[in-house]
Amino acid sequence: MSRVRVLVGTRKGAFVITSDGARTDWNVRGPEFGGWEVLHAKGSPADPDRLYLAQWTDWFGQVIQRSDDGGETWQPVGKDFAYEGAVGTHLWYDGTPHPWEFKRVWHLEPSATDPDAVYAGVEDAALFRSTDGGASWQELAGLRSHGTSRDWQPGAGGMCLHTVLLDPAGGGRILTATSAVGVFRSDDHGETWTPANRGLRSEGMIADPEAPVGHCVHRIARHPSRPAVLFMQKHWDVMRSDDAGDSWREISGNLPSDFGFPIEVHAHEPDTVYVVPIKSDSEHYPPEGRLRVYRSRTGGDEWEALADGLPQEHCYVNVLRDAMAVDALDPCGVYFGTTGGQVYVSPDAGDHWTPIARDLPAVLSVEVQTLP
Amino acid sequence: MAMIRVVLPAHLRTLAGIAGDVELPVDGPITQRAVLGAIEARYPVLRGAIRDQVTHRRRALVRFYACRQDLSNDPPDTPLPPAVAGGTEPFLIVGAMAGG
Repeated sequence: MSRVRVLVGTRKGAFVITSDGARTDWNVRGPEFGGWEVLHAKGSPADPDRLYLAQWTDWFGQVIQRSDDGGETWQPVGKDFAYEGAVGTHLWYDGTPHPWEFKRVWHLEPSATDPDAVYAGVEDAALFRSTDGGASWQELAGLRSHGTSRDWQPGAGGMCLHTVLLDPAGGGRILTATSAVGVFRSDDHGETWTPANRGLRSEGMIADPEAPVGHCVHRIARHPSRPAVLFMQKHWDVMRSDDAGDSWREISGNLPSDFGFPIEVHAHEPDTVYVVPIKSDSEHYPPEGRLRVYRSRTGGDEWEALADGLPQEHCYVNVLRDAMAVDALDPCGVYFGTTGGQVYVSPDAGDHWTPIARDLPAVLSVEVQTLP
Repeated sequence: MAMIRVVLPAHLRTLAGIAGDVELPVDGPITQRAVLGAIEARYPVLRGAIRDQVTHRRRALVRFYACRQDLSNDPPDTPLPPAVAGGTEPFLIVGAMAGG
């Protein structure tokens, strides 16, 4: 019988939560690295026992951990994220040039085919790659040295590269998303990059609402069988691209709010998409204090509320950009974690929800592995 | 060669797999730079956790104390107090207070 392993990163450590395929009885283990922020942990699709984890504190900086036994044991690996060549500057909050400065890793994306290959999206925005299991990291500097980068400017959450989509077939296409910058695409394994933001409108957020860069993209998701179709949760607006980011159109439809952070795609239905609407950019909690996931089965525009099992009064948590995931079982399981420390699962594609942990530290990330 | 006592904060002891205080042999003049270099040589996982790996600037929320003195902002090549160099007092590496 299949099993699932849920990797939960929180403000105060990591938790590894497991269940059999029924997804009704859960074993919660942790915290690992207690007291450290675990921004993200993710398993290798090529070897599910190979896990990568990013731990950080403001006090002691970045540590990357690797497990070769599914999270039973961990060892620290390389953490030298040195920008390539002349560092250069981007814009600071006051509009003055500011040198690029590594702060922390936001997202780790293991290769689909090679357990030793993994990408790291970092703040200040850059993309790094390791091909030796995390022992060493090399910047894919073509992104940060793009002609627009001297005008990139962080938003309130920092200038973090938080989304990395690799070609599921192992080809050379890579998509990244960076807060307050937008989407960039490479078709040559990360050597050269072009902005992929046409169709995004950020009215009232940036001087030119349709500028080629400067959009606060929160998350991008896609189904591996259809890699050119992308779904985006932007600061405001839920968007879709049918041409790998060449153009975008809005699919917010009847959502109660089109602000939010995560977006995810059903494991078996490429047009079934999930978002968690949040009231506004200044009120990071669900509209009306009711926690609802919204599901579209039409690839956007038409959305239905999924609330069975979720708190429907006095709920003022947030769901962060990396804190939603799906498993590959049938029916598809959907998972998300909240800043209130709850981790919810729906073993039936969103129809019914139940908490699998209630009182963890604020959840920063949720990833799910489907195991044999 | 002097034997220097160093006390690390709990998170760094856990990260480096250290059970208690550390005793380190340090060559030459006993300075912040020499002591931190010796710690990082013995525990490479601590590189970057106390000071920047490249610039060697102290991380903003790390403090250095010894003999009831705050040495955090001393130049890194200033000799440490004789009691630290003599091994009778520890060099304390501390995570800055967080509160409000």
